[in-house]
Amino acid sequence: MTTPATGSRSYVAALDQGTTSTRCLVFDHAGRMVAAAQHEHRQHYPQPGWAEHDAGEIWQNTLRVLPEALASAGLAVGDLAALGIANQRETTLVWDRTTGRPVAPAITWQDTRGAEIAAQLADGPHGALFEEVCGMRPAGYFSAPRLRWLLDHVPGLQRRARTGEIAFGTMESWLIWNLTGGPDGGVHVTDVTNASRTLLADVRTLEWDQRLLDILDIPAEMLPEIRPNAQVYGACRVGLPGVPIGGAFGDQQAALFGQTCFATGEAKCTYGTGAFLLMNTGEQITRSSHGLLSTVAYKLEGQAPSYATEGSIAVAGSLVQWFRDSLEMIGSAPEIESLARRVEDNGGCYIVPAFAGLFAPHWDPEARGVVVGLTSYVTRAHLARAVLEATGWQTAEVVEAMAADSGIAFTRLRVDGGMTSNHLLMQFVADVLGVPVERPLVSESVSLGAAYAAGLAVGYWPDLEVLRNNWHRAATWEPAMSPAVRARERAAWGRAVERTRGWERGDRDAQASVL
Amino acid sequence: MPGTIQSIERAAAVLHLLGAVGEPVPLGELARTLDLPKPTVHGITRTLVTVGFVVQDPESGHYALGRGLRDLGARLDPHLLRARSVNWADGLAARTGLEVQLGVLSGTMLELVHHVFRPDGSPQRLRVGEIQPLHASALGQVLLAFSPTGSRLRDLELPAHTATTLTSRLELTRVVQSVRRQGWAHVDGALRPGVAAVAAPVRHHLGIGVGALGVVGPRERVLGPDGQPRPGIAEQVVSTAEAVAATLQERL
Repeated sequence: MTTPATGSRSYVAALDQGTTSTRCLVFDHAGRMVAAAQHEHRQHYPQPGWAEHDAGEIWQNTLRVLPEALASAGLAVGDLAALGIANQRETTLVWDRTTGRPVAPAITWQDTRGAEIAAQLADGPHGALFEEVCGMRPAGYFSAPRLRWLLDHVPGLQRRARTGEIAFGTMESWLIWNLTGGPDGGVHVTDVTNASRTLLADVRTLEWDQRLLDILDIPAEMLPEIRPNAQVYGACRVGLPGVPIGGAFGDQQAALFGQTCFATGEAKCTYGTGAFLLMNTGEQITRSSHGLLSTVAYKLEGQAPSYATEGSIAVAGSLVQWFRDSLEMIGSAPEIESLARRVEDNGGCYIVPAFAGLFAPHWDPEARGVVVGLTSYVTRAHLARAVLEATGWQTAEVVEAMAADSGIAFTRLRVDGGMTSNHLLMQFVADVLGVPVERPLVSESVSLGAAYAAGLAVGYWPDLEVLRNNWHRAATWEPAMSPAVRARERAAWGRAVERTRGWERGDRDAQASVL
Repeated sequence: MPGTIQSIERAAAVLHLLGAVGEPVPLGELARTLDLPKPTVHGITRTLVTVGFVVQDPESGHYALGRGLRDLGARLDPHLLRARSVNWADGLAARTGLEVQLGVLSGTMLELVHHVFRPDGSPQRLRVGEIQPLHASALGQVLLAFSPTGSRLRDLELPAHTATTLTSRLELTRVVQSVRRQGWAHVDGALRPGVAAVAAPVRHHLGIGVGALGVVGPRERVLGPDGQPRPGIAEQVVSTAEAVAATLQERL
C-alpha cells in the first residue's frame, strides 16, 4: 500500500454518494467540517416506477468533488489521513470487471421494478427462510430483487455472472473498486450495513448465505467481499492517490454512527425528503411485530456487530415540497413556518401523506393520502400546521412501534437533516414524543459517520469515546405539550390514518394500467 | 406633467409592457410598441436588468420581468434567513466556542430567530422567539445601525437592564454611528451582567441589514482586558454574517 509522501495527515475526508448528489466533506480532529464540495447527477425515469442513475456519471463526479473539496480549504492529498464512504442504500449496479463499465444503469432504491420478484419470494415457500436469515421479509426495497431483475433482462448476464466476468455492488462497492484501481486491481468489497440490505446476507454471521443465493440463482462469483465498517480496504490509486479507504456505511447507519449513538437505546432521526429513525439495539436483533426493520448498525474489526431497528417514513420534507410546488402555498420551504405561525393550532385539520401507501409501522400499499377535518374555519395556515404535524406524528408512530418491540423507552431523540432548521417542527416533535429533541452542532451526520469509521481504521481517532466527546449539542427542544392535548391529538391523528387505508382497492384496474 | 422624470416614466412603461405581454419580448418590439429609439430602450432595459427588475433570456436575448420586482413588497422571511444561516452559525459556534444568535427587527424590539448553544455541554435553554431590547444588545445595536426602520432612535424607550446599559439617547446615537462605521457592534454586560456579545449585520439589497448575527458568552471569553473583542472574534462574526448574506443572493 502506498502512503502519501508528505503532508500533515491531520484531516479525514468523507465521500457521501447520495440520491441526488455526490459530496466530499473534510473534517478535523474535533469533528468540525473544514471543507465541502458537491456535484449533482441526473435522475433518469425511463418508465413509470423506474428510477435510474448513470454510475459512470457518479464516478466522474466523484473524481471532481475530491480535489475540489481539498482545494476549497487549501489542502493537499497528503493532508488526509483517510477517506470514508457513505452511500444511498439498496441502489444496485452490475459492471464488467475488464472494461470497468456498468452493464446497465444503476437501479436506485426508489425504483419499484423489484417489487414483483420480492412479492413472489415473500409469498413463496422460502419467505420464512429469508426472514429468518436476513431479519427482514423480502420487499422490492432491497437490492437482491433488483439484481435478479438485471440478471433476467440484460442479455447474457447470468452466464457472465457465473464466469466471474462481472461484478455486483451497491454504490460504495462501485466507488471503492474504482478508487483502488478499477480493472487494474480494484478491490471488490462491501460493508456489513450495505450487505445487510441485499436480502442475501446472514444478519448474524454477516456472510453471504448460499441457500438464499441458490433460491435467487445469484452466482457467488459476482458478489463483493463483506467487510467491517472501519477497516482499511485499500489505498486510492486515483482521486486521492495514496489515501487509505478506511470505512464504508449505508447512509442511515452512517448518520447513526455520526450522531455517536453507540449505546443500546440511543436513537437518531434524519429528516430529509423522507425520514429515517434508527435506534441502536446493541448485540440484540429485534424481531419487529410492528413493521420495523432490524438491520446492522455497525461492526468494528474484531468486535461483535451492533444492530439497530429502523423505521422509515416515506414522506417528510417532500410533503413540504408538495405544499410549495404542487399547491403553490409558499415560495420556499422555510416559509411554511411563517405561514403556520399565523395560527395557534391545526384548526381540526390533519394531513396524512400516504402518497405511495403507508410505510412504517403500517405498511399499507393500498393507502392514499387524505386531508381530513376540513371546515370553513380552516385556512391555508392551518394546512401548513397540518403539513408539519404530519412529520411529527409519523415520527411518534415509529417511536411507539420501537418502544413496543424493544421494550426500550426513548429518553431523548437526536435529530439531523435539513428539516431540523424548522423550529416549529422540532418543537412539535418534542411535544408529541414527550422527550427532549437534540440537534448536534455538526448537522452533516452522514458524512461525519463515514469519516469517523475511516479515522478509526487508521488510528486518527483512537476509540468511540473520543468520538462521543466530539458530539456537541447545538439545540434542545423540550416537550411543552400537556398530556391531555397530546392524547387528544394522537387519537385524532390515528383516526385520520384510518381514513387512508385501502383507498386503492376499488380502483385497482385503473391503477394497474398506470403501472 | 411638470416635474416628472422622463427616464423613470419610460422605465415604468417598459415594466408595464413586459408585465402585460407575459412572455419574453425582443428589444425591437419593445422599442416599436413604446415608439422610442432602440438605443434608448436598450439603455433602460440594461439598467433594469442590473437592478434585478428585468431579466434577459440568455438564448433569445428577449426581456421579461425579473424576480426582483416580485420580491419588492415582500419582507425577507425570517425563517428563510434561519434556514440559510444554520450551517454558517454552527461553524461560528464550533470555531469560537461561543453561543450564536441570529435576530431580526420586530417592531421596536429584536426577536431571536435562531440560536446555537455554546458547544461546551453546559445546560442551556433554546432562546428562539426571545424578545430583546435593541439598545441593550449587540444584535439590536447592529439593527439600529443597518436597518432603515431601525434608525428611529427617538421612538425607543431606553430602560436600564444593568449598570452598563446605554440609557442616554445622545450616547446611543453616537454608539450606533460608530457601529455603522466599523461594521460590527459589541456590548459588555448591557443586557445581562457578565455577558458580552459581538454582532454584525446580515446585509441584503443595497446593504440593508435584514438581520443581525452575533456571538454571546461570558465576558472573559468574548472580550479582552481592554474591553474590546478578543482578537479574531469580530472578524469571524463579520465574515460569517457576510457568508449568510451571500446565500440570500442564491436562487430561493
